[in-house]
Amino acid sequence: MPEVRTADKLKKKYLREEMWPTIFCNGCGNGVVLDYAFWAIEELDLDMDKTVFVSGIGCSSRLPGYINADGLHTTHGRSIAFATGIKAANPDLNIIIFTGDGDCTGIGGNHFIHAARRNIDVTVILINNFTYGMTGGQLAPTAPLGSIATTAPYGNIEHPFDICELAKALGANYVARWSVTYPYQPIKSVKEAIQKKGFSMIEFLSPCPTAYGRRNKLGDIKKHWKWYDDNTILIEEYNKIMEYGTDEEKEKIKNKIQLGVFQDIEKPGFFEQYEKLVERLQTKKDKGMKK
Amino acid sequence: MKYKRDPELIRDVLGKKIQFILGDMACVYGGLLAGCSFFGGYPITPASEVTEGMARMLPRVKGTYMQMEDEIGSIASVIGASWGGAKSMTATSGPGFSLMMENYGFAVMTETPCVIVNVQRTGPSTGQPTLGAQGDMMQAKWGTHGDFEAIALAPSNVQECMDFTIDAFNLAEKYRNPVCVMADGEIGHLRERVVVPDEKDIKIVDRVPATIDKKKFIPFTNSQTRNSKVPDFPTFGTGYHTYVTGLTHNERGFPATDKQPDHEKLVKRITSKITDDIDKITNVEKLYLDDAKTVFVTYGASARPAESAMEMARAKGKKVGMLRLKLVWPFPYKEIQKLASNVDEIIVPEMNLGQIVHPVREYVEGQCKVVSAPKIGGEMHLPHELYKYLEGK
Ligand SMILES: Cc1ncc(C[n+]2csc(CCOP(=O)(O)OP(=O)(O)O)c2C)c(N)n1
Repeated sequence: MPEVRTADKLKKKYLREEMWPTIFCNGCGNGVVLDYAFWAIEELDLDMDKTVFVSGIGCSSRLPGYINADGLHTTHGRSIAFATGIKAANPDLNIIIFTGDGDCTGIGGNHFIHAARRNIDVTVILINNFTYGMTGGQLAPTAPLGSIATTAPYGNIEHPFDICELAKALGANYVARWSVTYPYQPIKSVKEAIQKKGFSMIEFLSPCPTAYGRRNKLGDIKKHWKWYDDNTILIEEYNKIMEYGTDEEKEKIKNKIQLGVFQDIEKPGFFEQYEKLVERLQTKKDKGMKK
Repeated sequence: MKYKRDPELIRDVLGKKIQFILGDMACVYGGLLAGCSFFGGYPITPASEVTEGMARMLPRVKGTYMQMEDEIGSIASVIGASWGGAKSMTATSGPGFSLMMENYGFAVMTETPCVIVNVQRTGPSTGQPTLGAQGDMMQAKWGTHGDFEAIALAPSNVQECMDFTIDAFNLAEKYRNPVCVMADGEIGHLRERVVVPDEKDIKIVDRVPATIDKKKFIPFTNSQTRNSKVPDFPTFGTGYHTYVTGLTHNERGFPATDKQPDHEKLVKRITSKITDDIDKITNVEKLYLDDAKTVFVTYGASARPAESAMEMARAKGKKVGMLRLKLVWPFPYKEIQKLASNVDEIIVPEMNLGQIVHPVREYVEGQCKVVSAPKIGGEMHLPHELYKYLEGK
């Protein structure tokens, strides 16, 4: 039987217990994502003195506060730009960013796309709850068509972002999506993302019963969590059915959200390239090149 | 890049001791001399030459230059770099300065040393991109929300662009606050002779790193090792596990968003750590103040025509003087109070509709006459225009 990886086991080691209890509501998925991160960090044996957690503003962005390590809780949407500076000043640091769908792709979209394009060596853990949780359930750029938000009281008419498609198109080195209802695959994925040189991003679908579920009639917490099981599918399975399945099977899965690793490539990261540039300039100088 | 300031390499890159360069470029020189190892910027007239100069020179001294996606990202990266252990800087002009305001406040609240060069142009909005102005002086003081203390220098010539950028880094490191170099399009795009100071003549201040036992360290309170309201700096990656947030926080750095005493204590400390030192920070130039009855209170570019007007008046035997504020914020109120009791009239020429004239009036408290001498539209005052204010004196 596989070891049961409960949060409890790692609490002493990684939690900043003075910050307890958390601000999270019952049924929130943020704690599960934190768990995945702890387990990945444990298995990688990451040096917590050399790891910095960065975030913007939102419920999800509160996660660094609960981790016993350096943390920079920045302004709404800007975490990736702050993280870029930290990494520039000290490339030896591991940088893990916690951000929300609103934080990262709403107000912070520009920083996200440029960091991915530049291939900045950071890991972005994006918690997508389809809403602006902290401020009480306003419309997020990820909100499904027709969903209700306090600022879309008659149903959302905007097309939502597919964040993973966006990251893929930008050439990010590692792109994955999971839901917090999966126990083990996400841990492995977070490990891969942290180890990856260059820009890595994992999107976690995560329930917000308070601001999203309630308003969208997704039922009680248990039912709401089940929605994620019922409406997601592993990409391998999806592809198999789409290739070999019956029409009926295809019909059943065609609108499900795909989960898995969507991109895993090796493009040189920005700071790798930058170091080469600096070396090049020094050799030129040593060869007595003109200024 | 892990960076170590290398004076020989810096000098090698800067070149000759005496040069004829742009004000913007002098800010680059000042940054490099001060030990700046990270620059995040976004092009904007008339500050682009700072960004371009950094792009050319910073990699050659083994620092990191990055062109960010916008000015919000620029200042964010600069603050991040500072926590990573770098001395860091950005440069911009009005529209970019406006975009930076939220994170400017974040730097204040998190006590992050960093330098912002603002080569001012006319506004509001896009204004006159290539023309100089002094319209952002109040923005530097009040532009971000909430209570805070600004530190801002205003160079009047190209040499000062270099010298004040070095000073800005030193003040930022000492007080752990963002510091603005409020240049303007006139000085930024002016070419003048500069002398690159020798290494022995440069004063370099570094933030005091946290050194005490990690369990005893308290990150956001008076220094635990010195008599100072400025806490020692727990650089990321040195094992202090510091939580840094723009939320109101207690001494340990943890959110205290619903506690009045914590907020008052924090904001009073981060403002008074600067105002307590007003006598040490104040930096003014005094011309003919011994006998002057009419005095120009000036700063930045407008000090130049004011000085000419003063000389014209002096040649005619008029008792005119000048008090030039090299450092505008925190406001050198004691100098103004002293002056007000000794003179009949203070004239404040500014390339805006009257900004610094307001704190001048506030501290004069009716003791003498205060006259605003504004000029906007991207042209400097001409000496004879300012001389007119002296006629009949
Ligand atoms: C500049 C700015 N605009 C607006 C806000 C208000 N605000 C705080 S959190 C938030 C939404 C966060 O949503 P998301 O990133 O999805 O995180 P969640 O709370 O859902 O985890 C907003 C709009 C702010 N703090 N700063």
